[in-house]
Amino acid sequence: MVEFSLPANSKVVEGKYVKAPEGATNIRKFKIYRFDPDTGENPRLDTFEVDLDKCGPMILDAMVKIKNEMDSTLTFRRSCREGVCGSCSFNIDGTNTLACTKPISEIRGDVKIYPLPHMPVIKDLVPDLSVPYAQYASIEPWLKSDTPAPTAERLQSVEERERLDGMWECILCFCCQTSCPSYWWNGDRYLGPAILLQAYRWIADSRDEAKGERLDNLDDPFRLYRCHTIMNCTNTCPKHLNPGKAIGEIKHLLLKRR
Amino acid sequence: MPDNNRPLSPHLQIYRPQITSILSILHRITGVVLSFAALLLAYWLASAAYGPEAFARAQAFMESGFGRFVLFGFTFSLFYHLCNGIRHIGWDMRFGFELPTLRFTGVIVVLTASALTIITWLMAYGHVGKL
Repeated sequence: MVEFSLPANSKVVEGKYVKAPEGATNIRKFKIYRFDPDTGENPRLDTFEVDLDKCGPMILDAMVKIKNEMDSTLTFRRSCREGVCGSCSFNIDGTNTLACTKPISEIRGDVKIYPLPHMPVIKDLVPDLSVPYAQYASIEPWLKSDTPAPTAERLQSVEERERLDGMWECILCFCCQTSCPSYWWNGDRYLGPAILLQAYRWIADSRDEAKGERLDNLDDPFRLYRCHTIMNCTNTCPKHLNPGKAIGEIKHLLLKRR
Repeated sequence: MPDNNRPLSPHLQIYRPQITSILSILHRITGVVLSFAALLLAYWLASAAYGPEAFARAQAFMESGFGRFVLFGFTFSLFYHLCNGIRHIGWDMRFGFELPTLRFTGVIVVLTASALTIITWLMAYGHVGKL
């Protein structure tokens, strides 16, 4: 359902202010969304002054610095710190991206960090992603085939393999998924850009033999056709992939087989 | 585990407006506006069929400052929805999904719709050609 405003328990209030240590000259304010499930209080926006002279270049560097030196209770997911694991996806400076590949220098003014939009928050910047994961499982993201397994690998031509470029690189960070207004309003039934990109990744795979069955499962007013080509997904993808285009390809295949 | 006390993270409140989403919602809004425009058109035609007094009343409304403002909005809505509709047809034919193209066609649609609106009104006021 379309609900433009936040529920009462989700309204963000002003939080605490943590000053930088004495003598810091190159200060940048980081405003970070906090939610503590143990207190039951509303989420708040804490401000941390970070000395950029003693900080790495990326947003994630600043976040780790804040956690190490200013507030060890700050909670967020992170792992590889080089844009391949998809853990540290947040809404940074108004758009969704990975904290580890986003330079602080690209942001003017205060740096605002929120969890991925329109998701239930477990704690601080950690959203509950069980719905998108279940949606991912629903498209059966594995190779399906009826023919007997060959004695060696299932071969592809160079061209067939190239068709998967721009899709296999997806790290499931869900930046696109949670940038999509259509997913905000219908996330319970619409699969969303990240999942549909993966759906097309298997449809486009020359070795997969379940193309018709996969298309059947997608041919639904909600699962696929809540995509109105808004294209926020492609606009925000930190890996520069094109989920909007993949959805267009699925729609085109469905039209073609009519 | 689902927990109903979990807050919903901010969305519209914090997401920076994108050219992609602004043009998309504008397409939806102009579509809704055009349904009202169809009502006004029907009223205008019906008043003409009804008689000279009714038609004069309809004309008086259309010619008022507010009426002209409404008609101007309808004109822009028509041209924006038309141009962006063509953009949508392109997407349906798998054209124009790349990010630079997407931004370029978006700007073109806004400029074309604005230009067509202005030309139409210049024509209506007799500045361009004759009606």
